[in-house]
Amino acid sequence: MATEPAPLEKTAAAAVDPLHTGVEPLVRFDKVVKRYGDHVVLDELDFSVRRGEHVTLIGPSGSGKTTILRLLMTLEKVSDGVIWVDGSPLSHVRGPDGSLKPAGEKELRRSRKKIGMVFQQFNLFPNMKVLQNITEAPVNVLGMDKDEAESRARELLDLVGLSGKVDAHPSQLSGGQQQRVAIARALAMRPEILLLDEVTSALDPELVAGVLDLLSDIARTTDITMLCVTHEMNFARDVSETVLMFDAGRVVESGSPEKIFTDPEHERTREFLNAVL
Amino acid sequence: MSDFFSTLLDELPQVGAGLWVTVQATVLGSLLALLLSFALGLAAGSRLLLVRGVSRTVVEFFRGTSLYIQLFWLYYAMPQLTGYELTPLLCGVVAFGLNYGAYGSEIVRGAINSVPRAQYEAAVALNMTPLHRMRKVIMPQAWVQMIPSFTNLLIQLLKCTPLLWLISAADFMTTIEHIRSLTGETLTAYLLLLAVYFVLAYTLTLLMNLLERSAKRRLGLHTGGRSLFRTRTAEAVTTAGGTR
Repeated sequence: MATEPAPLEKTAAAAVDPLHTGVEPLVRFDKVVKRYGDHVVLDELDFSVRRGEHVTLIGPSGSGKTTILRLLMTLEKVSDGVIWVDGSPLSHVRGPDGSLKPAGEKELRRSRKKIGMVFQQFNLFPNMKVLQNITEAPVNVLGMDKDEAESRARELLDLVGLSGKVDAHPSQLSGGQQQRVAIARALAMRPEILLLDEVTSALDPELVAGVLDLLSDIARTTDITMLCVTHEMNFARDVSETVLMFDAGRVVESGSPEKIFTDPEHERTREFLNAVL
Repeated sequence: MSDFFSTLLDELPQVGAGLWVTVQATVLGSLLALLLSFALGLAAGSRLLLVRGVSRTVVEFFRGTSLYIQLFWLYYAMPQLTGYELTPLLCGVVAFGLNYGAYGSEIVRGAINSVPRAQYEAAVALNMTPLHRMRKVIMPQAWVQMIPSFTNLLIQLLKCTPLLWLISAADFMTTIEHIRSLTGETLTAYLLLLAVYFVLAYTLTLLMNLLERSAKRRLGLHTGGRSLFRTRTAEAVTTAGGTR
């Protein structure tokens, strides 16, 4: 458990961009196990994500995709194994003897600095107007100057196409608008890694495209590393360099979208894609 | 009847003072109860077993012992035990505060638990400290849920204030009881008591509804003017953002 990050394995993911081979991955799951009682959700999961990579996690419900994001956001604790982010253990601290112990709140907060998350149900704070939803954490967590945070929030609202909704309450917005605010809120914290957990699943069909376009823009124009759990295969195809196919808590197959969608190696992937496409 | 009212007029300063004692006991008792509700309710959610245990014990003790007996203890037994004597009004404030604070802590605890977990998770994802999460995200949403239950509790507290009569605090009940014994007009005296306590309770309801409306407005929930006059008790408040 207390090992240094091993050299990058030759995964299909690494093969997509040969230039990055050998570079320490930004995120690495090292034999990560997540159990709820007797139920094993993630089973000695190994995978890694390079800096700037856009990874889509696909697979049937209950295959553990969302759990991966929740572990990365430290909303859940790993049962076993280590998650490495930028060379440091995400939810462990190194004891004096070099062994890894579960991290406390203080260390977890240091880990969370790099990571932002957008949720399926948006989870905007209903007691704050749109602008404050976005500025609250930059001002009170990052210690950003209030005026600076507000002007940046306005820029972000402009980016997500909601500059007119600065003073609205979340309850006055449509689902699609709420999700855009939630994306702006996550970006305001300048995360290196953005986790997107089925961000369009709760939206009315006609609102999905707008949110997906926005995310494509962000993927194209920023260097933020993205991990997306999605059922939108077009999004996976257009935005990500790597698709990871999950089943029963393990990576069944990984590769470029072209490879996965046109020539999957595994029967399980074929079955899944036939069912959803 | 005319006998009663002429005596009432003669005794008006005492009656006024009695009403003032009742209002003071209600307001100060409520403030103490609110303070204890939050202290005990937050302690009940602590990660530390000791803090949770102390909160639990205090709540069970004051909820499980009679208000009458607490009042008698404070007024008659405490001076013998400690040598300190509290004024009857102060005894009332302390007893009401402790007793209703114990009940109120359950309201606070329940309301905090009723805020969707997703809200907590969103706050974690923005790297807020536990205190920041509670102060800016959880509590403002929980507060809206608490108000209807607190309204209930405060009205009950008001209706307990006639107990002050038992420890000879000159509250409203005591002064009217005095006039009743002078005039023998039982029916009128008790009718007046009913009416006055109802007016006080309804005033409390209106004030709390006003509070609820402003709290709801801060959540962007639209509430019509009618909601002010409703005398309903705790109801589910739907909040936007996060269903779980």
